[in-house]
Amino acid sequence: MMLEDKDRIFTNLYGLHDWRLEEAKKRGAWNGTADFIRMGPDWLIQQIKDSGLRGRGGAGFPTGLKWSFMPKEVGERPHYLVVNADESEPGTCKDREMMRHDPHLLIEGCLIASFAMKASACYIYVRGEYVDERNNLQGAIDEAYAAGLLGKNAAGSGWDFDLYVHHGAGAYICGEETALLESLEGKKGQPRLKPPFPAGAGLYGCPTTVNNVESIAVVPTILRRGSGWFQKFGRDNNKGTKVFCISGHVERPCNVEEAMSIPLRQLIDTHCGGVRGGWDNLKAVIPGGSSVPLLPREICDDVLMDFDALKDVRSGLGTAAVIVMDKSTDIVRAIARISYFYKHESCGQCTPCREGTGWMWRVLERMATGDSTTEEIDKLLEVSTQIEGHTICALGDAAAWPVQGLIRHFRHEIEERINDYRADRGAVAMASVAAE
Amino acid sequence: MASRKPAKDQPASFDWSAENQSWCDSQIQKYPDGRENSCVIPFLWRGQKQEGWVSIAMMEAIARQLAMPYIRVYEVATFYTMFNLAPVGAFYVQLCGTTPCMLRGAHDLREVAKKVIGPENHISDDGKLSWLEVECLGACCNAPMVQISTNDSDHYYEDLTPEKFEDLLGKLRRGEEVKPGTQNAQRHTSDPEGDNTTLNDSSLYDGSRAQPLKEIPNAAPATPAE
Repeated sequence: MMLEDKDRIFTNLYGLHDWRLEEAKKRGAWNGTADFIRMGPDWLIQQIKDSGLRGRGGAGFPTGLKWSFMPKEVGERPHYLVVNADESEPGTCKDREMMRHDPHLLIEGCLIASFAMKASACYIYVRGEYVDERNNLQGAIDEAYAAGLLGKNAAGSGWDFDLYVHHGAGAYICGEETALLESLEGKKGQPRLKPPFPAGAGLYGCPTTVNNVESIAVVPTILRRGSGWFQKFGRDNNKGTKVFCISGHVERPCNVEEAMSIPLRQLIDTHCGGVRGGWDNLKAVIPGGSSVPLLPREICDDVLMDFDALKDVRSGLGTAAVIVMDKSTDIVRAIARISYFYKHESCGQCTPCREGTGWMWRVLERMATGDSTTEEIDKLLEVSTQIEGHTICALGDAAAWPVQGLIRHFRHEIEERINDYRADRGAVAMASVAAE
Repeated sequence: MASRKPAKDQPASFDWSAENQSWCDSQIQKYPDGRENSCVIPFLWRGQKQEGWVSIAMMEAIARQLAMPYIRVYEVATFYTMFNLAPVGAFYVQLCGTTPCMLRGAHDLREVAKKVIGPENHISDDGKLSWLEVECLGACCNAPMVQISTNDSDHYYEDLTPEKFEDLLGKLRRGEEVKPGTQNAQRHTSDPEGDNTTLNDSSLYDGSRAQPLKEIPNAAPATPAE
């Protein structure tokens, strides 16, 4: 079942209409906000739990459950909501469109979510490069303050609430929630050890929840349409609608909001004009941003785009950033470039990641030319498992998975390249390698 | 990648412009008392916009302003790659080279940058242009793309081809206006090229959604199971 326009949440995803308050209201934003808030925090959290919404930032943790981890009453320390708009996962470009084209959905979501968690202040942490997006968002916040939708008695709800935009300065790692909090406190973005979790001690040591832009921006519409409406889309445990970002070798790359659990092939064929050169020209797809393992064509034929289906094929939905690669792709180089990305973005705190990301990149660059051995493929796989799970944050895992995916599905291609390289150079070159 | 070493030639001092000084004062209000350190990234960014790059003198001034140890400001300035620790061209081109852009031809754009501007991290002879390959800028559905920064703007230029990119650089050099965003006339933003497959239903935009809600879904207390 394809999603119909009437069930799309981000009705201005492409910026074809005005993002400002007046037009956003016409599209339904801020409709009934105070009524929802008057239902109380417990009701709000229950609605989000009932909707089945899972976090849209990559990990897919149930949003309502995350909210319920916050202390029930505000003690000596204030509560904070922090919205993660540090969108930097290669392939992902959805939060950007929400911030610059539908900012009022996000702002309204911030108010409701903050009230549900008894947070009277919220910071939106926008990646540094999104300057124009930040300006739109700030413009929308200024409008909302002027209209009484933020500040004292926000939107007539009786709740006092302040919303601020903060920004980073170019560090992928700040998308990790505790690194983001460090950065927001004015430090290097190096992840913290957990526990304590942010709900216990987050921003400035206070109870904090960090949510992705999309997770927060869908909240008002879920309340307006009802949790049952959101439940209509997607398979069990994978409910709702989702903005997919399809890039790479398709005829018409685009962002599009679709129902969860849509078949990958249908997503690409319906909205992107198909794979460049036809479906048979497909080589592989990275289904959820650069950190998830790629899938070869055979799996892409009938895989569904949701958390569980992609987990079953040993990949992941991640941020739902679909990177399509056709047969012209040098797959080893494509993954080597991802490895370079992780080397560049490692914060340097944990040794396995700091040293391992660079090592994997250097080995892959050699493998891309064929200057390697088949034994080294096993060593690369072994090292990747030594990085995975041995670091404070998930960047180590994220760096290891694409390499593991490459070896799992395209080992034959690396081996062929190694054999060709050796055949071209003959016995003389081999002798010198052996002597080393 | 961006150099993380401060430039050899450093200015003797740094002062905020009057406008930026009052902007700083307003920003501090966003954070709770005693948490002024949160301003360090926004201040360094504003300073970079004022001077074009981040100097040692600027870091020292911001450290004094926020009552932070200088080394804490220095480590922030050197950790985050958007802070230029040496001067850049008046038009500073950041070319995305990560896989989604690479798949759609970022390599060809790099050749154009080398041809038109020169080697990476060097300012062209006329002082107008410099370029750097950076990691994912988050506009993957409009790949390949670049971000071009000046003292008062940081726009994305998307859906580039080598020809369009060369033309773009030439226009900037000559001081001509260029429209930011997608350079593909068939696209608006991140919608598919040509006709859109979604969001064509006019009833989404006719104001019917602003009608007061008849009822709040699930507002009635759940009836306990018998």
